[in-house]
Amino acid sequence: MKDMYFQPKHTSMSRRSLLLAGLGTAMSVPFLASCAGFDTSGAAAGEGTVGFLSTQFTPVEEKQRYEAVLKKFAKAPVAYNSVDPGVFSSTVSTQASAGNIKTSLLGGLHGELAPLAESLEDVDNLLRDLSGRGFTKEMLELTKVGGSTSRYVPWMQATYVVAVNKKALEWLPPGVDVNDLTYEGYLAWAKAAQQGAGRPVFGMPAGPKGLHHRFYQGFLLPSFTGGQITTFRNEDAVTAWTYMQELWSALTPASTNYDNMQEPLARGEVLVGWDHVARLVNAPANNPEEWLMVPAPRGPKGRGYMLIIAGLALPRNGKDRDLAEKAIRALSEPLSQIETLRSNAFFPVVQTELPSDLTGAIALEAAAVRRQQRSEGALLALPPVGLGAKEGEVSQIFKNCFQQICLENRPIRQVLDAQATQLNTILQGLNVPCWAPDPISTKCEVA
Amino acid sequence: MAVEAPPTHAETLAPPRRRKIPPAILLIAPSVVFMALLLGWPVIQGILQAFRDENGFTLDFVARMVQDPYFWPAVRNTLLLIVVMIPLQFALAIGMALMLRTNPRLHKVHFFVWAIPLALSDLAAGLVWLAIFNDRGYLNSILSWFGIEGGSWLAYDNQASMFMCVLIAELWRATSLVLIIVVAGLQGIPKDYDEAAQVFGATFWQRLRHVTLPLLKPSLQVALILRTILAFQTFAVAQALTGQNFPLVVGETYRWYTGLQNPNVAAALALVILVVSMLTSIFYLRALRDKNQGGLR
Repeated sequence: MKDMYFQPKHTSMSRRSLLLAGLGTAMSVPFLASCAGFDTSGAAAGEGTVGFLSTQFTPVEEKQRYEAVLKKFAKAPVAYNSVDPGVFSSTVSTQASAGNIKTSLLGGLHGELAPLAESLEDVDNLLRDLSGRGFTKEMLELTKVGGSTSRYVPWMQATYVVAVNKKALEWLPPGVDVNDLTYEGYLAWAKAAQQGAGRPVFGMPAGPKGLHHRFYQGFLLPSFTGGQITTFRNEDAVTAWTYMQELWSALTPASTNYDNMQEPLARGEVLVGWDHVARLVNAPANNPEEWLMVPAPRGPKGRGYMLIIAGLALPRNGKDRDLAEKAIRALSEPLSQIETLRSNAFFPVVQTELPSDLTGAIALEAAAVRRQQRSEGALLALPPVGLGAKEGEVSQIFKNCFQQICLENRPIRQVLDAQATQLNTILQGLNVPCWAPDPISTKCEVA
Repeated sequence: MAVEAPPTHAETLAPPRRRKIPPAILLIAPSVVFMALLLGWPVIQGILQAFRDENGFTLDFVARMVQDPYFWPAVRNTLLLIVVMIPLQFALAIGMALMLRTNPRLHKVHFFVWAIPLALSDLAAGLVWLAIFNDRGYLNSILSWFGIEGGSWLAYDNQASMFMCVLIAELWRATSLVLIIVVAGLQGIPKDYDEAAQVFGATFWQRLRHVTLPLLKPSLQVALILRTILAFQTFAVAQALTGQNFPLVVGETYRWYTGLQNPNVAAALALVILVVSMLTSIFYLRALRDKNQGGLR
């Protein structure tokens, strides 16, 4: 009886829910339609839109900020799709091998584009048109990824600097200039600060995803030895690693957990730290007046510093070639370059004056980057070039040196000899020329 | 009355033609195909990848693996973890299962709560414990609340505390699997045996040692094999807690495959895990073999 009683109500409910469902579907159509521009294959929203697949700006806020830059400056409708480097390389290479290219523009770091050179269009003509932009000679050399023609157009650049919480300045030893640090001065400062604070307050991004290998490759070793690979195990390298061992004893041991320095810096756990500009930018976000950004220290052979460069490339037989080229031209204009710096802290690759109204952290970084690049004895170093998939293994060699020398206190000479053998094994299989600061003409191997 | 086997379809339709493929083979064929495609083929691929480069057979990748400064620490840590963790886990799981058997109040709730970690991804579990053991995590916060200075539990120079943290997190995460198998095994043991032993005046420990545990042996064997093999695969928890400071073999495999992009050395590492897992299973199967059942187990 009860069931009978509820029966009519039940059917009316179902009719109502049917109506609701219909309404819901109707209302969701515009939302679903707007999803059409986004898909993980890197495909464009449709004809006439540049499908831009990139490894940069994966965090959603950065992505949104960069989409705004594109909308304002790209001069062509662009569907920006940012993915992890692994997804990027497999997407590009599988689409190339299937002969079914869904993307029209690719953006990535030099090290990510170089292994894909075979699937990228030559951009020599485009670079000739853009020669007035003022790309540096080193950058243009880099775009050739070891071959004779350029495979990408420089997009933006970054480097590494030292972030200093002004609290640490009270322990700065007399005679040490914070804006012109030497490695000796840096060490003396770290030790004085450790003593003064009662705990180590200098840090390194030596965590599993930290970029500390770039410190040895691009800063420490070039500054002490003048090279990166050829001088890997000479006497100067032993001096450099002896220095590193001593420096490590004055750094906070929690460094092996830091993937980027901005978090421990912002927490006050660390007061002075070296890292990639994009991994430092949030430390002074709330109180820029309490922070300094300074160039990395200089050593006996100069101020070694590493340049990270990102490029824009055209996939071979990609879609909407004209539009993609138009977007590249637009993105290398000074205004869009500066807007990228403002929004996402990547520096311009073209010759341009930086505006004076940059916000706190970025203004600090911009000053430090400029001072580092223009300082006397500046010694440009590049991340390994032309190693393709072996880049990780080569960088791991430098991390192994750190692991064994600083953490396990093994004899330096022995570690360097063993790791040099490993390094040569990898390099012999590759047969690539050396990159800056090593002499570029030779075949790259440890002397 | 003897029951005749029902005539098969083929016989009723076409009696004169003899079937060439016996039904037994047809029955196991899907699983053979499945094993060959989804297990056999990848194993062969893996072996080829570990021992072959473009010039043919090579031991280079195995040499690279062995010379890597993280390899031996990873092997040591993995074995250490297994040796310490498995007995602890079994003691805990058997204890918990016996407690559940006494039907305490809310025993279903207990069981449910104890089984929760089973539903959690191991990376999530690792992150939960990271929030506890971190330098500024819950543990140190609570300690400082009591006026005790906490330590850097996960710092690289604190191998012992790092090991303890991984051990505790893994115990929390993976004991529930053993618990469920043991509870299922206990439910299969008729109460009569225990009651009979009770009648003859056996104490709790005597009953546990001579009645319950021997009858639990098949379940324990399954649980041991599963847990040990899974313990060789411990990865995400240690990765989340310690990064590379406490290397484990599977973590190294992952690092070589993704970070260093060298699938050949990763395959060599994976083979190490495969071989060790197989040896362990064979060892357990032989050591726990039930003498009465001959070669069945």
